[in-house]
Amino acid sequence: MTSISEDSDKEKVRSVSVDLNNDASLVIDIPDALCERDKVKFTVHTKTTLSSFQKPEFSVPRQHEEFIWLHDTIVETEEYAGLIIPPAPPKPDFEGPREKMHKLGEGESSMTKEEYAKMKQELEAEYLAVFKKTVQVHEVFLQRLSSHPIFRKDRNFQIFLEYDQDLSVRRKNAKEMFGGFFKNMVKSADEVLISGVKEVDEFFEQEKTFLLDYSSKIKDASAKAEKMTRSHKNVADDYNHISGALNSTAADNNTAFKKTISVCVLQKLEDRVASDQELKLTELLRYYTRDIQAAKDLLYRRARALADNENSNKALDKARLKGKDIAQAEENQKQCLQKFDKLSESGKKELTSFKARRVVAFRKNLIEMTELEIKHAKVRRLKCCVFSFKRN
Amino acid sequence: MESPEAARLSAEDISPSSNGPKAEPMLLDDDPDDLFAEATEEVSLDSPERQPILSDGPSPVITPVTPVMISSRADVFDRSPDQDEDEEENRDTFDIQISVSDPEKVGKDVCDSLSLCLQTSLSIFSRDEVCVKRRFSDFLGLHSKLASKYMHMGYIVPPAPEKSIVGMTKVKVGKEDLSSVEFVEKRRSALERYLLRTVKHPALLKDPDVLQFLESSELPRAVSTQALSGAGILRMVNKAADAVNKMTIKMNESDAWFEEKQQQFENLDVQLRKLHASVESLVCHRKELSVNTASFAKSAAMLGNSEDHTALSRALSQLAEVEEKIDQLHQDQACADFYLISELLGDYVRLITAVKGVFDQRMKTWAKCQDAQVMLQRKREAEAKLQHANKPDKLQQAKDEIREWEGKVQQGERDFEQISKNIRREVGRFEKDRVKDFRVVIIKYLESLVHTQQQMIKYWEAFLPEAKAIA
Repeated sequence: MTSISEDSDKEKVRSVSVDLNNDASLVIDIPDALCERDKVKFTVHTKTTLSSFQKPEFSVPRQHEEFIWLHDTIVETEEYAGLIIPPAPPKPDFEGPREKMHKLGEGESSMTKEEYAKMKQELEAEYLAVFKKTVQVHEVFLQRLSSHPIFRKDRNFQIFLEYDQDLSVRRKNAKEMFGGFFKNMVKSADEVLISGVKEVDEFFEQEKTFLLDYSSKIKDASAKAEKMTRSHKNVADDYNHISGALNSTAADNNTAFKKTISVCVLQKLEDRVASDQELKLTELLRYYTRDIQAAKDLLYRRARALADNENSNKALDKARLKGKDIAQAEENQKQCLQKFDKLSESGKKELTSFKARRVVAFRKNLIEMTELEIKHAKVRRLKCCVFSFKRN
Repeated sequence: MESPEAARLSAEDISPSSNGPKAEPMLLDDDPDDLFAEATEEVSLDSPERQPILSDGPSPVITPVTPVMISSRADVFDRSPDQDEDEEENRDTFDIQISVSDPEKVGKDVCDSLSLCLQTSLSIFSRDEVCVKRRFSDFLGLHSKLASKYMHMGYIVPPAPEKSIVGMTKVKVGKEDLSSVEFVEKRRSALERYLLRTVKHPALLKDPDVLQFLESSELPRAVSTQALSGAGILRMVNKAADAVNKMTIKMNESDAWFEEKQQQFENLDVQLRKLHASVESLVCHRKELSVNTASFAKSAAMLGNSEDHTALSRALSQLAEVEEKIDQLHQDQACADFYLISELLGDYVRLITAVKGVFDQRMKTWAKCQDAQVMLQRKREAEAKLQHANKPDKLQQAKDEIREWEGKVQQGERDFEQISKNIRREVGRFEKDRVKDFRVVIIKYLESLVHTQQQMIKYWEAFLPEAKAIA
């Protein structure tokens, strides 16, 4: 039904994570996507100079479930426990515009043809905006993987990019879903675990305090930003209705009304743009809420490893005391220690680069948002001046 | 044969007193408090040159007129509107300023007491500057007097702000919260606009009741304006009766202008109501936006506190401050949306109701004229019958009655012509005023929008270096 292939807009939109496609050896993007009823089919396009791939350039169609599969397999890979795993893209959610479209269809009889056409246009624009957002978010996910030195070599990732047949990723059945749910619950118990564990490393102690606090704050900020954006959209919608009502009044050949229509239309356009900018802010906050969660997950895993390490130490002591299974316990302890050290080392690297990445992304987005706000406010001011001048 | 119909007709009989050319005639036939409505025939004649009596409170004074007065009265009717037009043209600079301020609660009685200040150089007022205290019920009383005096002649009397039982109860209970403060301000501003509209009307400006209202320090209390009083209920009953009558009167419209205008006003009514509803929704949503922006600002500040990268933390706090200021801007804009546009639309929706009322009055006048003609016809038939019976005294009476009804028919036709003329003039004035009103408001609104954008630009430009400073 709808397809997207506008690069310039994507440039504007693709800014929650910066500098992702710098390495020319593996360049991934989603140039095209198709929306059919409930399903979105993304065209994943890869350009690479790496020999591990069969061709230098290729495209495959992928659906949202397949992205999730990729994410889950990476999460479940033991080797990557010390890395921050890029958050999975959220499911494409067309519920909002779809509901509005439905309501519009129901109310079609009660409004004029022009109003209906205009509202339909508005809704289509909204639909397109949601569409663009979901494409961007899936793209960023892949780009995070491709720009990471370890993930880009992941076998499943390569399959995802290359395999031109259907991956036959079956949807999680009820048992697996429930298992996932249970795992999440256990994880929140882990939060208690993290705070409980005595931390020897200064760096991780600081990170822990910071991340726990920051994650709740950013979640809150993201929610509030979303509400603000929604209000802005409501105001824009109202201006739409007003200009529709004025249109019918203007048939009354009153020029005062006619001029007001133009004003309202302009105000509506600008309000819509204003909300698009806020979306930058909201999208940024949403993305980093998820990313912070991924960083927290890393901490959980490390805390888990630390706990395991301590347990293994205790087990070794006990075994030495009892005098049996010592070798096994020693082996176990050695492994736990290794794992813990590895996690700590890579965790430190990951968290440091995470902070740098976050700061850069915030900076870029805030600057862009501010510049857009200024630009649009100037345009609005100019148009209003012109109008009031004309009227006098 | 006489009593039932005669009684009905006399109750409705218009009996304006004739005055000097300046003041307008009073009418009081529709006022339900009029206890003397039935007693028309018995009250004695007053001199036609008599000065108009100020109607004090609800009970109007009637001065019925016999057929003898018709000719002189017709002159009066013809004279006044022309003179009005002259004065209107000279009055392009409308030199009168009214402000309504300082609303106070008085005792346990619900009505606010307000200060009404008038500044003018018009000669019609005794002083250049006057300040008096008035209560809300006084305003309503003024309106009901003016409506009863002028509407039947086709004058569009500006409607007074409505009583809001919910709103007033809140204020009564003494809640000092934001909504009751808003309510009081809304009412104050509505009363000011009401007065300005009233004095802009050339005939109403000269009305003694209006002058008294604006100038005199003491006013007799208007009692029958309480919404749930006996008079209030009678008024509602009357309105319902009028609505029924309107449906049953089928007028032969000979004048296309009236038909066209009525249709126009019907359409305008529908459109304005729709527009008003949309603007009210806008006001509501903008208030919501302001609330959400404020809450986001707080949240961003907390995020800034939590952020451990110093420059980013500072930028986030600054962002929070910017959003707070923008929230204030949204609030101010919502006020502008409301007080400029929404209230104006509400005023015009009510004004159009008054305009439609005036058209209805014309229909009523026509119906009265028709009824008089029917009556005359009957009297003539009765007289013809009596010609053949031999009852000289009854015959004389019949002839007298015929003359009486001929007079009434003539009067009715003249009234109809007059009201039609008045309405044409009033509608012309209304439309001119409407265009002007809207234009003024739109310009003010645009100016407020420009100001808002200026401020926004200022705030964001101040923030930009902070965002760039994140390193």
